[in-house]
Amino acid sequence: MTIKIKAFGPIADKMNARELELDPPGNLDDLRKALHEKYPQLVHLDFAIAVDRKIIRENAPLSPGSEVALLPPFSGG
Amino acid sequence: MNRFERQTNLRGLGIKGQNKLRNAAVLVVGAGGLGCPAMIYLAASGVGKIAILDGDRISVSNLNRQVLFGRGDEGQLKAEVAAKHLTDQYCDSEYLSLPFFLTSENAAEIMGDYDLILDCSDNFPTRYLINDTCVLLGKPFIQGAIYEDEGQVAVFNLSQKGQASCHYRDLYPEPPAAGLIPDCNKTGVLGVLPGVIGTLQASEAIKIITHRGISLADNILFVNLYSNENYLMEIRPKTDSRAKMPSDLEELRSWNYQIEPKTGMEVSWSVARNWLRNDPEKVVLIDVREPQETPRLNHPTSLSVPMSHIEKQQGKLEKYKRILFFCSSGQRSLLAANKMADQLKGCELYSIKGGISQSDSPINASEKWKRN
Repeated sequence: MTIKIKAFGPIADKMNARELELDPPGNLDDLRKALHEKYPQLVHLDFAIAVDRKIIRENAPLSPGSEVALLPPFSGG
Repeated sequence: MNRFERQTNLRGLGIKGQNKLRNAAVLVVGAGGLGCPAMIYLAASGVGKIAILDGDRISVSNLNRQVLFGRGDEGQLKAEVAAKHLTDQYCDSEYLSLPFFLTSENAAEIMGDYDLILDCSDNFPTRYLINDTCVLLGKPFIQGAIYEDEGQVAVFNLSQKGQASCHYRDLYPEPPAAGLIPDCNKTGVLGVLPGVIGTLQASEAIKIITHRGISLADNILFVNLYSNENYLMEIRPKTDSRAKMPSDLEELRSWNYQIEPKTGMEVSWSVARNWLRNDPEKVVLIDVREPQETPRLNHPTSLSVPMSHIEKQQGKLEKYKRILFFCSSGQRSLLAANKMADQLKGCELYSIKGGISQSDSPINASEKWKRN
């Protein structure tokens, strides 16, 4: 079973995808590392991550079937 | 019959709720794409006092989304035109035009006069300034922000059962490097997006003032008008997010929020440690805190050059290849790196992100640093 990644705003632009499925990395730090390797453009961008619709700032384990949202800040108004 | 009959008839609102709206004072920061629709609905609902803060003037490219303005208003101050337009339409509320920008010097004094703040600004420095001022004053604020076809809405710092809800730094502790998140001047925007997001901000304001409905406190809503998708998430407080902001209003006044870090200008303590280990002769740590600030750092490669004297210290610093400024939070050190860029053209200047409060700083991870 995979995990679902949902990308928002400029993150989706940099990944050229709004959704993708990945084999579950062990935890959020592993996921960040895997994303930075695949999409080096994300390295300098500090985005928030939600797992199953809860924002999580620290490292946390990821379970198969989880939905992970990558949430950049927006500035426009 | 009066103009509020349709809403006083609404279950749970009534005359009592209407009086709460009448007695409320709301400050709208930014009379742009978000601020215009938000203000129209706040005024229409009968909010008693609305202050409009924006130092910008109307340009023709604003008119697809800033719906309080029209042809013929170009070149005029947004705050003044908005106040006049709303007075013409709903003269039973009071409108105050504040035709200047929010700064760290004026923020606390202005925001202190209002029950609720709407962050309808269009840039990160103002968003962080509003956040920090509201947290220090204990004021709730409603933030809206947009990017292409997507928007964000959240209610921050709302007091619930004696405790303040999450704030912006719980979600994004520090501003992103300049230019990483483009604004709508670069990406383009359809007017309906800030129309929807600004209207949601007004809706949250009315809920908070009338104590009716479930607010977005401790949540953030992402709205995508392109795909019709709404995504609501729960935010949790972050233990160290207060360490990233000024500790009191006096310190806030000394911060320069307009400086956004350039890409690569901020480095972590672990990068600093590697550089110091590999090239100790050419790399130096500069503590820009004032001498009375503690804890002091006693590290062989650290020098104290307080911010108040930094401009006279060029001679002391130019022999180094890499200069790593640090302070308590990473704010003044960033200012120092920017300030000294012209004087120290032959050196690479960096600011240590998060400052001495970080868990891997030489103060908090002294064992690791001893091994250096």
